[in-house]
Amino acid sequence: MELVEHIGIGLTSALTFQNLLYCFIGVVLGTMVGILPGLGPVATIAMLLPATFALPPVAALIMLAGIYYGAQYGGSTTAILINLPGESSSVVTALDGYQMARQGRAGVALATSAIGSFFAGTVATFLIMLFAPPLAELALKFGPAEYFSLMVLGLIASVVLAHGSLLKAIGIIILGLLIGLIGTDVTSGQQRFTFGVPELSDGLGFVTVAMGMFGIGEILANIEHEQTRTAVVAKITKLMPSKEDWKRIIGPILRGTTFGSILGILPGGGSLLSSFASYAIEKKISKNSSEFGKGAIEGVAAPESANNAGAQTSFIPMLTLGIPSNPVMALMVGAMIIQGIQPGPQVMSEQPALFWGIVVSMWIGNLFLLVLNLPLIGMWVRMLTVPYHLLFPAVLVFCGIGVFSLNNSEFDIYGMALFGIIGYVFTKLECEPAPMMLGFILGQMMEEYLRRAMTLSRGDPMVFLTRPISAGMLIVAAIAILAVALPALRKTREVAFQE
Amino acid sequence: MDMIRYMAALVAAGFLLVSTVGHAQDYPARTISVIVPFAAGGPTDTVTRLVAQSMARSLKQTVIVENVGGAGGTLGAARVAKAAADGYTLLLHHIGQATAPALYRKLPYDVLTDFEPIGLVTEVPMTLVTRKDFPARDFQELLSHVRRNAQKVSYGNAGLGSASHLCGMLFMSAIQTDLVTVPYKGTGPAMNDLLGGQIDLMCDQTTNTTGPIRSGKIKVYGVTTHSRVPSLPEVRTLSESGLPGFEVSVWHALYAPKGTPRPVIDRLVTALREALRDPLVKSRFAELGTEPVAEAKVSPDTLRTFLKSEVDRWGPIIRKAGVYAD
Repeated sequence: MELVEHIGIGLTSALTFQNLLYCFIGVVLGTMVGILPGLGPVATIAMLLPATFALPPVAALIMLAGIYYGAQYGGSTTAILINLPGESSSVVTALDGYQMARQGRAGVALATSAIGSFFAGTVATFLIMLFAPPLAELALKFGPAEYFSLMVLGLIASVVLAHGSLLKAIGIIILGLLIGLIGTDVTSGQQRFTFGVPELSDGLGFVTVAMGMFGIGEILANIEHEQTRTAVVAKITKLMPSKEDWKRIIGPILRGTTFGSILGILPGGGSLLSSFASYAIEKKISKNSSEFGKGAIEGVAAPESANNAGAQTSFIPMLTLGIPSNPVMALMVGAMIIQGIQPGPQVMSEQPALFWGIVVSMWIGNLFLLVLNLPLIGMWVRMLTVPYHLLFPAVLVFCGIGVFSLNNSEFDIYGMALFGIIGYVFTKLECEPAPMMLGFILGQMMEEYLRRAMTLSRGDPMVFLTRPISAGMLIVAAIAILAVALPALRKTREVAFQE
Repeated sequence: MDMIRYMAALVAAGFLLVSTVGHAQDYPARTISVIVPFAAGGPTDTVTRLVAQSMARSLKQTVIVENVGGAGGTLGAARVAKAAADGYTLLLHHIGQATAPALYRKLPYDVLTDFEPIGLVTEVPMTLVTRKDFPARDFQELLSHVRRNAQKVSYGNAGLGSASHLCGMLFMSAIQTDLVTVPYKGTGPAMNDLLGGQIDLMCDQTTNTTGPIRSGKIKVYGVTTHSRVPSLPEVRTLSESGLPGFEVSVWHALYAPKGTPRPVIDRLVTALREALRDPLVKSRFAELGTEPVAEAKVSPDTLRTFLKSEVDRWGPIIRKAGVYAD
């Protein structure tokens, strides 16, 4: 069977000593940044990007992937123990997880979170193995028209699914699109919004913007709050869930995994959306819905499974189409380009060891994480005692070095600082930076594909409707717009995102 | 950990840059940095890293490679043009050095007078390739098909001023037919679309095309060099096939800032020659589908003359096509 063969290729590649080592480093780093509030996987991956140049491609990508899903495990630890979500995707976990901890069930909550994450990670890995090959096959038929329509669908989906105000979501995405326009126009060579600054002629670097918005911005927002560190970390006594607990978590884990896997594939999706959506659904359908917010174990199991499933399935569009569905995936695309690999449907057939190696390493990484997070939990918690006045300056320095080393240009450091301030303003205005990054990345690609499709069709816009795949995606996008516009459905959306 | 070593190198480089300037006799007394005006990981970066490593052995000094990308290589070149002329900051640039004066109207340096040429490094051949189901058995059929369907045949390139753009302009002017030009951001996405059959034609470096040609994923109709390419011996040159004098290569060369003392330049020429004789460099170049230039071409005078002739050659073609990058 082909699947067995693929797993075989993946195992051979992932089980070399070097790749195991980098997988381990990746998940340890991921757990670390997941636990530490104010430092997320985006900033971490951005900082390490230039350093991965020295590594072989497989090891580099395995490590970076490990940081992303490792952060999903780490984020839940602090959410449960001290009600401080280390990652935005763990925000909902804190709702019930912390209550469980206060009732002396911290161990059970942590175990539930790790077990749910591990199960979801395993399922998601298999989903990638099953669905990536046919998707890559389909992607080879994608021309500029199909890519353009897919991105239209992606941007609209991310508006519809973004939580909070619809108006803000649209505004943020358009801001991202506009920032993405800075630079030289690919077709005509015209300079746009560069104001004669040569450094702007290639546009703003993705890493510069991402590190500013996610790294510096978060730190600024964190400094503002007086750090109330709960010195009394809940004592962890019993780890294993009881028989009764098992009965209650199996359903939520299965549902969380399902929703997470689906939402992860969508552009704009990934772990954050998955965890919010699955918590909302679980709260609706659970028999114990009255317990939600007061320490319901379902409220930990569902979002924790969902965020890990979503984190992993978001690799599917990146690995098969070369399209990043969230900022972390955009950085992975950058990492592949640094290694001289052009992301796209060819990667799977031309670099099978790389492709299957990454996929299999995800499962191995999840296994590492299970071990790291259950028996060694005490060690990680102690990390929270690192004082912020030491941590934050160190992070700033690393961000500075990271962004400088991409082009050896101080211009990028100023750019990062500027976006740090913008990121801080964003948090003040309760705007999410992720949709802006999506607009920033997809906007440039969309324009390119639009114009390329129009060039190839000699200026006939009907090309988007006469090609069936493209037409299909535009229809789905139109339905999504209608759905948000309908008052009844809009209400449901608001309710769903109220958590 | 790599990150730490990496940072240590950066810090060390910083300190060395501010240390005192030595005399030409003791050159090289400290770390030399070679600026690549492109991002890490590209073909020019790879070539530079290979050569820099080998030159370091010959100069008995550390040679670090710095990527200063942006604005088609002009940002990196501008930095070297303004650097101290002591032989500790060098530039490794490709054919873009010769096309920049025509592409950029506001270039902050003069490519002919602001640099001391050291020598040519390699001339990467280019290939004329098509999607694998392109309906032409040989170059003659390709020509007649292209001429008959000029409005339908699409030609991809890696963006303004890229080698594939230059080669395409030269090709269209040689066959006196305008094709539908489809620009991409970089050679990778363009190659992806050629592999997927979205575009018809492309002219790209052997570095990128040799693999897909050998595996039959794209078709090749000719190489753009004076003589056939060792890695693709069965492929005819375009000159042979009826476009006499059609020669393009992505040549790479090493430069120092204007006014670098002669003994320093001589020392660098020797080191570059030794590097290009290095079997390791030769074998890695072969993997990339290229080879080092003949030793006679590794000389300041040859490079000076060659650069001038390339500037004169591309200027009119670029101006005629009316393309500018600023």
